[in-house]
Amino acid sequence: MNRYELLKSIVPVLGDTLVVCNIGAPSQELFQLADRPGNFYMLGTMGLASSIGLGLALAQPRPVLAIDGDGSVLTNLGTLATIANNPARNFVLLIVDNGSYGSTGDQPTYAGKRTSLAEVARACGCADVVECSAEATAGEVEAALAREGTSVIVAKCEAGNVDVPVITMNPVVIRQRFMDEVRRA
Amino acid sequence: MAKDVDRRIVADMKAAGIGFVTSVPCKQLAGVIEVLDETPEIMHVPCNREDEGMGLCAGAYMGGRMPCIVMQNTALGVVVNALATLIQFYQIPLPMLISYRGEVGEKVACQVEMALHTKPILNQLHIPTYHFHRPGDEAELPGILNHAWVSSKPVAILTDASFWSAAK
Repeated sequence: MNRYELLKSIVPVLGDTLVVCNIGAPSQELFQLADRPGNFYMLGTMGLASSIGLGLALAQPRPVLAIDGDGSVLTNLGTLATIANNPARNFVLLIVDNGSYGSTGDQPTYAGKRTSLAEVARACGCADVVECSAEATAGEVEAALAREGTSVIVAKCEAGNVDVPVITMNPVVIRQRFMDEVRRA
Repeated sequence: MAKDVDRRIVADMKAAGIGFVTSVPCKQLAGVIEVLDETPEIMHVPCNREDEGMGLCAGAYMGGRMPCIVMQNTALGVVVNALATLIQFYQIPLPMLISYRGEVGEKVACQVEMALHTKPILNQLHIPTYHFHRPGDEAELPGILNHAWVSSKPVAILTDASFWSAAK
């Protein structure tokens, strides 16, 4: 199962969840699979999906899912310490860990080698960390969204992208549509 | 130990509706950070790096809390991409309260190096920039914060050693 198939599998469990999606292929694939006002697509700024998600979760009560990648989390490892030390009641960080920089040609990441992001998250103090297969991810996401607290899910999947177009929606439109959805409550 | 100026600055933040602050500490900003932690109306979430902090601020803004980042000017090199591709691209208002290290009165020589690049970087990014140099300059803060909301832009407030040493 690659990231596209993994994303497809979690769409049915999203419900009203606010989603912050990582730059590049993940956002493009999610846009293609299930565009909705509750999706915030990052069009740039590698590494900050988890930070945007945490800020959003701390600022308002609705459940938030940040869909991040192993390469992006590696650029912003400090985020795991911030998440652990500022636990939100409504935050799930899903790290789609395919061991590669998918948007740039599938160069290998260290997470696909000797580095375990789940262990890093635990060492940072994250209380609820699970590493799972791609096939088990939708169930883990659904369960994490249903319980109060902060969860980190490291979903191991195969590398590879599907051919989907870039997102051409205006960034301010993405942001305003998302904020209108946040306020809809 | 916080001074009156630190309390006035945080009071102005609160009055401007700021509900979320992230910070990476600087000696000059220690008093502000101390007062922030005593201000329940403002959620203070320290970050490890300032680009991470800008992500937190973007999320908090979209969640309905006006954000602010407290940081040192040496971090401006770290945040150029986050400013351009997140804060500016998505038009997110973000006041940046910045200690302007490396100006006259600085004791650490290395700080002068980034001080030389501080205003050029902000200028290159077209970020409205204000400089508190003399005690009393902080009276401009409410107007500057409002300007960030009105313009939906990042704005920089540089606060130098002369300001902090003389301010009461």
